[in-house]
Amino acid sequence: MTDIAWIDLALASARPKALGALLRYFRNLDIAEEAFQEACLRAIRTWPEKGPPRDPTAWLIFVGRNSGIDAVRKRSKIQALPDEDQISDTEDAESDIADRLDDSHYRDDILRLLFICCHPDLPATQQIALALRIVSGLSVPQIARAFLVSESAMEQRITRAKARVAKAGVPFETPSPEERAERLSIVSTMIYLIFNEGYSQADPRHEAAAFSGEAIRLARLMLHIFPSEPELMGLLALMLLQISRRPARFSAEDEIVLLEDQDRSLWNRPFINEALALLDKALRHRQPAPYQIQAAIAAVHSRAKRAEDTDWVEIDLLYRALERLQPSPVITLNRAVVVSKLQGPQDALDLIDPLGEKLGGYFYYHGLRGGLLKQLGLTGQAREAFDRAIALAHSAAEAAHIRRQIDKMQEEPTRPVAK
Amino acid sequence: MLYAILCYAHEETVFAWTKEEEAAVMEKLYAVQEPLAASGKLGPVGRLMPTTAATTVRKGKDEALVIDGPFAETKEALLGFYVVDFETLDEAITFSKQLSSVNPGSTSYEIRPFYVFRPGDASS
Repeated sequence: MTDIAWIDLALASARPKALGALLRYFRNLDIAEEAFQEACLRAIRTWPEKGPPRDPTAWLIFVGRNSGIDAVRKRSKIQALPDEDQISDTEDAESDIADRLDDSHYRDDILRLLFICCHPDLPATQQIALALRIVSGLSVPQIARAFLVSESAMEQRITRAKARVAKAGVPFETPSPEERAERLSIVSTMIYLIFNEGYSQADPRHEAAAFSGEAIRLARLMLHIFPSEPELMGLLALMLLQISRRPARFSAEDEIVLLEDQDRSLWNRPFINEALALLDKALRHRQPAPYQIQAAIAAVHSRAKRAEDTDWVEIDLLYRALERLQPSPVITLNRAVVVSKLQGPQDALDLIDPLGEKLGGYFYYHGLRGGLLKQLGLTGQAREAFDRAIALAHSAAEAAHIRRQIDKMQEEPTRPVAK
Repeated sequence: MLYAILCYAHEETVFAWTKEEEAAVMEKLYAVQEPLAASGKLGPVGRLMPTTAATTVRKGKDEALVIDGPFAETKEALLGFYVVDFETLDEAITFSKQLSSVNPGSTSYEIRPFYVFRPGDASS
């Protein structure tokens, strides 16, 4: 890694804290972003020569704040601050600032920065784009490529979203514990959305594939500043367990490989181990909530050496707990897979048939239904369900996966499966 | 003399490395360790998970308290360690400098001689 690559990385990882603090000072996103940008430019100029400061984040906040104040003063034509030579030796002031910026400050600063991106008027994709631009500091062209739109269209979208956020006003008062918990939950949802945007990409070279890593980084950061939040541990564990399977999830031909058919030796062990450690920590709090339970379900799969070793009884219990906490037809649909393993395809089919009304437009509903009908030897109905699934597929890989199911059906002679 | 060489780093940066960056750094670190391993002077080496995976048991008034997170919230976190057998402190310093020069993520290496060392049998 070159010096510059290293500095880039240090700047990127300092960004949420530094920008969050600058936003608190200036109460204006544009001024805060400009100030951070200016601090980064100075870092690139001075760090290679003088060596990186002991606390890069505090350095960036200090220099950014000065240059921001300078910019605001210039605009109002009042005298300028001392020039760079005089402020570059910031060791004392820097540690002073670092002392005052204890974690409770950072905590609300970073939470605020993420929270303003989650404005309820903004559609999910715009929230994601805004968070990636503001919090993660990805460039507009990068984000545009990921969402398959032109740079100018993405530029426009982000500008409009920012204007929306500015109009809504940034909440600067320190949040109450209830408000903080609510913000945390909204921000967690957005981090998981960012993750899924990346995770659904078959092609690891696709620009959006990097979003998963970005979401994991944000979740780690959140857990750093909220170290005792079991749901954050659950969210991070869930994402780590999912991403650990990435190397096994697609075949060389970019086809989806189902969990039970995946080569488990390809799973990323360090990620799984970290997730299991986090889940252990979360369970101690005895506050079960959706991310923790979903992570616990994923962990049962990760613990099974072979697909046939999977503890379906445990998974069934966990899905029932999840259904109680968060009743949703999608969760029932997932539990139907477990029921098919424990009790057979007919019981699973009975469970999901009443969901047709709510999930009729859902790819997985028809995909699963087709699979169950196929197991029961009802080829005609299976074919019909698969056709509907293909029509609803989001990606070529999804459609191809269903087509292979149909092909297999045509190769195999029809034989009813005993219940 | 047996030394523990403790590596400290800004973990937010280190855990933001891409797979390629990580692999490149690891390769260089192995190259530094190899001659030492060949001469039988290298003991156990460990890399730690991020401090978000840590739990701390702290002495309480009656019962010990279990706290999420590392022992101390510091700017630089303990990232990993080496156990090495050197004749002199100078050798330990030279080795630490070599590690430092190939690891852009590290900020400090602390050299601490051992009183007692029991390697045990545990392994992954």
